Amino acid sequence: MCRFAVIRLAAAALLAASATAAFAATADDFKTAFAKTEAANKAAAALKNQWTTTADALKAARAAAAAGKFDEAVKDAQQAEALANASIAQAKEQAAAWQQAVIH
Amino acid sequence: MLIAVAAAALGAQAARAAGTVDPQADFKAFRAYFTKRFPNVPLNDFVNGPYSMDAGLRKQWIEIDAFPPYQFALDKGKQMFETPFPNGKTYADCFPNKGIGIRQNYPYFDAKSGEVITLDVALNQCRQRNGQPPLDYTKDDMAALTAYMAYTSRGKPFDIKIPDDPRALAAYQKGEEYFYTRRGQLNFSCASCHVQSAGEHIRTEVLAPALGLVAALPIYRSEWGGMGTTSRRLTSCNSQVRAVPLKPEDEQYRDVEYYLSYMSNGLPISGPGARP
Amino acid sequence: MASTIRVRAVASGDNTEVQALVQHPMDSGFIKDAKGDLIPPHYIEVIEFQHAGKTVFTAYWGPAVSKDPYIKFSFKGGRKGDDLNISWVDNKGQSDSLAGKIQ
Repeated sequence: MCRFAVIRLAAAALLAASATAAFAATADDFKTAFAKTEAANKAAAALKNQWTTTADALKAARAAAAAGKFDEAVKDAQQAEALANASIAQAKEQAAAWQQAVIH
Repeated sequence: MLIAVAAAALGAQAARAAGTVDPQADFKAFRAYFTKRFPNVPLNDFVNGPYSMDAGLRKQWIEIDAFPPYQFALDKGKQMFETPFPNGKTYADCFPNKGIGIRQNYPYFDAKSGEVITLDVALNQCRQRNGQPPLDYTKDDMAALTAYMAYTSRGKPFDIKIPDDPRALAAYQKGEEYFYTRRGQLNFSCASCHVQSAGEHIRTEVLAPALGLVAALPIYRSEWGGMGTTSRRLTSCNSQVRAVPLKPEDEQYRDVEYYLSYMSNGLPISGPGARP
Repeated sequence: MASTIRVRAVASGDNTEVQALVQHPMDSGFIKDAKGDLIPPHYIEVIEFQHAGKTVFTAYWGPAVSKDPYIKFSFKGGRKGDDLNISWVDNKGQSDSLAGKIQ
């Protein structure tokens, strides 16, 4: 395929993607995103490894949703989910890695 | 040759991981590490934390200690300790040797409950048995009481026992695991500061070495403008590395106190302490 | 009620060295409590040390001094057994005093 055609296709795809993102998130979108976040947060809690920044992002998400700002709320919820997942990854990695730090 | 070296390293790793828990071997290695790294610090001085690491800080501390900031908590603790409960019993009735000069034996592993009991937990258990509400684990009255009890044990060497009970060994190992596990968004473990960076600065503070770390508790911290217990230190450390703190009397905290206290066996109680 | 003032005054030769620890919240008025409300200012304004009827040391404190202030100074004169009187007044009009002895 001609290189310029590829670039035009990629640009179109990007535009399409950003166009979709530009559509306002709804309360339902938030509910879905938040449910995923809460599940991740719960998993982190079970591992006794929650981050304070996760809690802050969750709080921000709830506040934004309460104020009807669903775009922001979804963004915060996704941020919280990312942080929760990172903390879970940390706990799982550390479960074995800690041994290497022990003085011996 | 590179492969052989790698294999040897892996083998050493595997030996450490798969082997049985050996607190005595850990103890020896831990002690050797710090005494070798800080050859000019007398062994018993490690209990003075940052003051054993920094001469300037030490000078200030000696001046402060002439009239220590924990004095008010100490006086209050003595008064609390000697005041009977409404039912007529006292704290002395709950503890061996009437509660005097016993702090160096805590934490201990309680075979009945299968858990590590710290002095703070033992005090609240005593209160509960005598119909009194529990004290907040992190400061104020609990810190005052334990300040007094630590004071009566000043100079006495830590004497932490790990009984020949798989549950006690498990608690010890869980404590060791907690100490070395990275946590929080900042990804620090206790060891990151108190082993790796012992004697170095974190912002304006000089980091205390892990050896003797718990000997000065409870402490008056200038930063807090008041007293704090082990729980206060652990929960605030957690928040500082952006980890959500656990409940002050959480099993993990008690286990790490067990581990650190055992590592300090033979070192003198220096509490209550004053820290920047 | 126990005094808020602890003092240790030691005479050596011509001088007396005085150390004192005063129990006081020394709230600046700028700190918020857990609920987010400002903790009202509550701090010692003046503290005075008197020996043989004369004021040997006066300190004008305020919101910049931290909780449970510690003070150390020395003055000429004073002998073992002499009285040393300390008193403070805070911005709420509360006060305390202590009749100490030089060691």
